[in-house]
Amino acid sequence: MGSHGIKDKVAIVGMACTKFGEHWDLGVDELVLQAAEGAFDSAGVSRADIDAYWLGTAQSGMSGLLVSRPLRVNDKPVTRVENFCASGSEALRQAAYAVSSGAYDVAMAIGVEKLKDSGYQGANAFPVPSDGTNRTVTAAAMYSMIVPAYAKRYGIGVDEVKQALARIASKNHANGARNPRAQFRKEVTVEQLLAMPRIAGELSVFDCAGVADGAAAAVVVRAEDAHRYSSSPLFVKGLSFVVGDGSGVSDPDYDYTTFPEVIASATEAYRQAGITDPRSQLAMAEVHDCFTPTELVLMEDLGFCERGSAWKEELSGSFDLTGDLPVNPDGGLKSFGHPVGASGLRMMFEVWLQLRGEAPEDRRISTFGARNLALTHNLGGYPGEMVSFVSILGTEGPGS
Amino acid sequence: MRGILGYGTYIPYRRLDLSTVAEVAGGGGRKGTRAVASYDEDATTMGVEAARAARRAAPEAGIESLWFATVSPPYLDKTNATAVHAALRLSEECGSYDLIGSVRGAMGALRAAVGQPGPALAVAADVRTGLAGGPDEAYFGDGAAALVIGDETDGSVVAELGAWVSLTDEFADRWRRPNEERSRVWEERFGEVRYGAIGRDALDHLFKSTGTGPDDVDHLIVTGTHGRACRAVAQRSGVPSDRVVDDLGTVVGNTGAAHPFLLLSAALERAEPEQTIVLLVLADGAEALMVRTTPAVEQRPAGGSLARQLGNGAPISYGRYLAWRGLLPVEPPRRPEPARTSSSAAGRSVPWKFGFEGSRSSDGAVHLPPLPDDAVHLPMADARGTVTTFTIDRLSYTPSPPMVFAVVDFDGGGRLPVELTDVDAAEVRVGDVVEMTFRRLSSADGIHNYFWKARPYRKGDD
Repeated sequence: MGSHGIKDKVAIVGMACTKFGEHWDLGVDELVLQAAEGAFDSAGVSRADIDAYWLGTAQSGMSGLLVSRPLRVNDKPVTRVENFCASGSEALRQAAYAVSSGAYDVAMAIGVEKLKDSGYQGANAFPVPSDGTNRTVTAAAMYSMIVPAYAKRYGIGVDEVKQALARIASKNHANGARNPRAQFRKEVTVEQLLAMPRIAGELSVFDCAGVADGAAAAVVVRAEDAHRYSSSPLFVKGLSFVVGDGSGVSDPDYDYTTFPEVIASATEAYRQAGITDPRSQLAMAEVHDCFTPTELVLMEDLGFCERGSAWKEELSGSFDLTGDLPVNPDGGLKSFGHPVGASGLRMMFEVWLQLRGEAPEDRRISTFGARNLALTHNLGGYPGEMVSFVSILGTEGPGS
Repeated sequence: MRGILGYGTYIPYRRLDLSTVAEVAGGGGRKGTRAVASYDEDATTMGVEAARAARRAAPEAGIESLWFATVSPPYLDKTNATAVHAALRLSEECGSYDLIGSVRGAMGALRAAVGQPGPALAVAADVRTGLAGGPDEAYFGDGAAALVIGDETDGSVVAELGAWVSLTDEFADRWRRPNEERSRVWEERFGEVRYGAIGRDALDHLFKSTGTGPDDVDHLIVTGTHGRACRAVAQRSGVPSDRVVDDLGTVVGNTGAAHPFLLLSAALERAEPEQTIVLLVLADGAEALMVRTTPAVEQRPAGGSLARQLGNGAPISYGRYLAWRGLLPVEPPRRPEPARTSSSAAGRSVPWKFGFEGSRSSDGAVHLPPLPDDAVHLPMADARGTVTTFTIDRLSYTPSPPMVFAVVDFDGGGRLPVELTDVDAAEVRVGDVVEMTFRRLSSADGIHNYFWKARPYRKGDD
């Protein structure tokens, strides 16, 4: 018994990501096609070479037909997976295990979400028949509870926390502005952000992830086959997924300043990958900044800095592109946009570009060339009841 | 001797200043206020609150039947009393029945409760509507009251029930078509004359049958569907005017089916031992009831809980009042409306959804909602809690934005993130003490989604 990981057993040999945003002229079919064909091209394969597919989508449709129909794939397994906002990461995890087991040689993980067809602003959960007693509060409101809680725990003013949150949004917008695939490509100053009207607690619309349509895909193979497809594959060093028991929302000891599920998933991924000091070993991280306070807490839960110091580190620019550990160099959920099922694979796509030197110069991470490991962190749910995924990817294979 | 073991009232938190009506409606209104049920309240939820208060006053009485009267039932076909029954966590064997559609029905509920062998609960509640600027809008009010009826063996009788005269008369003085927002009335003088005569008859019968007279009455309550007739009958009753119980018309308004119980509760709250109270209800005839207080009548919260409820209100603007009642169609939030509640799912979770029962696991932790494998079930509706943190959600769907949402830690354990109600968003603070209140969260496809919210604890609400 035990969790063993699949370090250096699987590699990503091709990736693609659509532009995220309001695709009024594209449906799920077109987004799936764009991402899949991009990944085929990137890996130098045709769709006939793919032995099995895993599709991550939260609520843009059901079953593997979402992929098989637009791609006209017959007689192949396509598995649809769902795990809240971490559905895309879950697809990659399943595909990686499948090739690692030897069941398939080449698998594709694809994530897609079409949010902008609902007719409402914001993301809205698919209604499940219920007894009517479930919370109706928005995710923004749930995450907004972090702000006063964090201020209280560390004895700082709410205004100081808000400065740090505005700095996070400003950083991610600055990165997104340099990213042609991002939904929002406009820089926003801290002063502008602090002047925005509040929509949930202390949060403004600009503290929330962009609601976007989009898709992303990856082709995975066993590590020993990787160089047949790519001269510079990305190797899977660690994959962990943790689902909490949801007790945080009803536990009087839970204080809304940390996500235990994230700590558990990061600890496991670091163990698999052999990481002991993420701050100095990682070249970059893509983290789930669904709301600015989420990124604040993640910096501490992922072990990037000491408890109670993330607000200062964000303010001082530690996690900027030019900082010593760039976080969300592609703009993050905040400005790249958050098509739920696609986001986990979008994060890996940025790792794909950055570690392999394909990111444009004006968005290149400060650590490029010096370090070769990156982290993606993808969560779903709410403070107190969440699912959390962490991957560690690297450019050095098992033989090197 | 059968009597009243406990009484409880519920006056909703909001008060409409009726002097603000005319400016908008072009006329109508009056001096004073009326009580306004919140957008998340209806006759059932207010009935639950009044019944909870009544049961707190008579905790030993094991209720064997429940009689619920209202002119404004949230449901037809389906019984409304069953939701009250479920929220009070009464036993399955407790029969629960509606007497709906008329003010007079409240007296039927009381009569049924009195006529039962075991402890019985009579509950009356109403949301009273009239069109903008009309006299009924200003005459009416919203509220609820409940009486626990039983014998000495069931608890302390605070007032013994004496003679009861019931006269039935068929004439259309006030009527309402089902599902209409307004009542219609005949020319005022007709009802005044007809009710005047039958009201005097009922009092004469009552005095004759008990060998008493107007001088023996310490508290006279005259209420019903015709305000002017009620005042006239009281004036000519021979009972000194200082013994006529105030009808709460200037603060609460006439609460329809709830008003007889509400005014009886008001009288009981001020009565001294060994006093005589006469309740005369003029509604499609006349019901006259004599009750006699016992020394136990003094076992009540100091100051009186109804008096404190009356003092605890906060204003609501006329526009928001109209919107809450559906009389002013306002733009709904641009968010998906709540889906209808699953009847089968709700049917499985009655102890939680209606009774607000949590559970305790073997490690001592309290779970809200209850965990399926916990053996210990905990009634949590009467637990007070503290706001640990809160947020104001301007995005979430609510009929009255913004939604105020708090993480509440309960005294004795347990935490629930829950919506706050009867609150102004700007007033909420961490550390506020809250209590639970039964509310209607939403309605879809005609199914009302009942559940609990928290509201600031204000001394006297209980």
